Amino acid sequence: MIDKNSVICISDDAAALACGADDVAAAFEKAGFAVKRVSSWGMQWLEPMVDTGGIGYGPVAADDVAEIIAGKADRLYIGPIEEHPFIARQQRLTFARAGKTRPLSLSDYEASGGWAGLIKAKQIGPDAIIEMLIDSGLRGRGGAGFPAGIKWRTVAGGDGPQKYIVCNADEGDSATFADRMVMEGDPFMLIEGMAIAGHAVGADKGFVYLRSEYPHAIVKMNAAIKACAHLIAPFVMEVRVGAGAYVCGEETSLLNSLEGKRGEVRAKPPLPALEGLFGKPTVVNNVLTLAAVPWIMTQGGAAYAAYGMGRSKGTMPVQLAGNIKNGGLFEIAFGMTLGELVNDIGGGTASGRPVKAVQVGGPLGAYIAPDQFDLPFDYEAFTEANALIGHAGITVFDDSADMAAMARFAMEFCAVESCGKCTPCRLGSTRGMETLDRIIAGENIAENIELIRDLSEMMKYGSLCALGGFTPYPVMSAINHWPEEFGMPKP
Amino acid sequence: MPILHDVQAEFGHISEDAIREIAGLLNLTRAEVYGVVSFYHDFRKEAEDRPALKLCRAEACKARGVEQLVGVMETAAGDRVKIEPVYCLGLCSVGPAAMVGGKVYARLTKEKAAKLVAEL
Ligand SMILES: Cc1cc2nc3c(=O)[nH]c(=O)nc-3n(C[C@H](O)[C@H](O)[C@H](O)COP(=O)(O)O)c2cc1C
Ligand code: FES
Repeated sequence: MIDKNSVICISDDAAALACGADDVAAAFEKAGFAVKRVSSWGMQWLEPMVDTGGIGYGPVAADDVAEIIAGKADRLYIGPIEEHPFIARQQRLTFARAGKTRPLSLSDYEASGGWAGLIKAKQIGPDAIIEMLIDSGLRGRGGAGFPAGIKWRTVAGGDGPQKYIVCNADEGDSATFADRMVMEGDPFMLIEGMAIAGHAVGADKGFVYLRSEYPHAIVKMNAAIKACAHLIAPFVMEVRVGAGAYVCGEETSLLNSLEGKRGEVRAKPPLPALEGLFGKPTVVNNVLTLAAVPWIMTQGGAAYAAYGMGRSKGTMPVQLAGNIKNGGLFEIAFGMTLGELVNDIGGGTASGRPVKAVQVGGPLGAYIAPDQFDLPFDYEAFTEANALIGHAGITVFDDSADMAAMARFAMEFCAVESCGKCTPCRLGSTRGMETLDRIIAGENIAENIELIRDLSEMMKYGSLCALGGFTPYPVMSAINHWPEEFGMPKP
Repeated sequence: MPILHDVQAEFGHISEDAIREIAGLLNLTRAEVYGVVSFYHDFRKEAEDRPALKLCRAEACKARGVEQLVGVMETAAGDRVKIEPVYCLGLCSVGPAAMVGGKVYARLTKEKAAKLVAEL
């Protein structure tokens, strides 16, 4: 039996909404309960999840509400949410507020330590901020893993007075949703991170380049910026909405798009840090990179660097997706193995069939077979294994996956999304797709596989950006691990 | 870009006339504006009055069986509803996922997907 006076918390994050959270909230309200719409805990397989004073139920449908109120919904009972192994095993620094606060409530944000990072940053000043960031070892969470502090130092040293902070919120990789969860669940944290960046490098204007596929995040970011404008002044911010081009997540393409141009990739150098938006020194950082900054400011660089392994410092919000039993957001220090993430935390496949492959790092990441599951989550270890951490999305496939079709899709995706500026990416991917079609049809298999290998080498070394340069990784890893699915003899 | 988004939101597409007007307004050539419009998947040059559904066809939704839904959805859609591919809606652990206007749908099954299309 649930006490009439208890507050019911239900997420209004897009994943919860897509699973029917609004109907569940309405049913509780109809029954006379006060419902608080909060961010998501990230246990997405349990969405819509209902939090009744710390005790969770999920996945709940509107029809289940009466049963929960009567205290009879044992089959949906999760128990104390904080003690759930999926939550208890995490090290939540960036997602410390997840599930607990109302995304657009300034009072919730302040009460949970919000703005302390910005206040501290203003006290210690630009040089000390950058030093602290370098000490933290924070690396870009958008894919390339470049040290954030070094980037900020470069921008700080660039020619002023006009400089910009650009937040890359294009999050185009399949299996990634951590940026979305920050923007929908804790938007002030991202804004605080950007304001700190502005203070550190001497930029008074920030843009969030946000993909059009995230309508809820767009609404919340706009509302949040408006609500806290007085707190971040003289820094000003604006949301710019993308228009459905994956390649615009690449930073130079993104800058062209922000300038109102075709999102074609620019040749580097010049570095965006020195000649970025409208030719001015610009910090381009991923949402998660910027969102990690307030914690680092308040707790110190060394405290952040105490998490992680090797040169991969701090925590990573890992996203468990695809055919996985416990899908959602799992923030943990670098170093956990892929097998632990997929099997222990993720619980294996949702279908209950054996795991066949996982793809880490989105559409440009390699397919990895379970025999490599001892790989630790670490930038260098992944690079050595020809794999990619990228934005830390993990897609799990069960044994029904068709690896030849997935390899073909990788080429198709590259062909559809290529900005068209460089030939290896644009034509290589189209040729690759046609050649894989022939292989799948059983034509001259050995010869055509050789052709794919050559094409892959050309794309890897001849492409202007990682779209063309990394598409060969999913393709070749599929061919090398599962040759029999391409009509080749088993090794 | 914000102008193009506004025009598309208002009229459902970006016509030749609109391109000419925007070019004049921004002191650009028509070819330059046309180049921008044609680059992005979201912008349409032709009017489209059918209701549209965006179905995620990216890897994580494939792993959760979206390809098995395409057939029934296309049958339910016929010529009446437009089904467009989209590559990820950020709902990758609860796919197959779709979006109609600003509304998102998850855990689609054949039945749910066909019903969703039929009700558009
Ligand atoms: C094709 C392509 C797509 C990319 N998409 C994204 C993206 O969606 N989000 C992102 O933050 N970085 C993306 N990147 C990486 C960016 O180019 C860049 O490294 C990043 O924004 C830098 O920020 P960080 O150092 O904080 O990671 C992409 C790169 C490529 C080549
Ligand atoms: S892969 Fe379909 S929503 Fe992300």
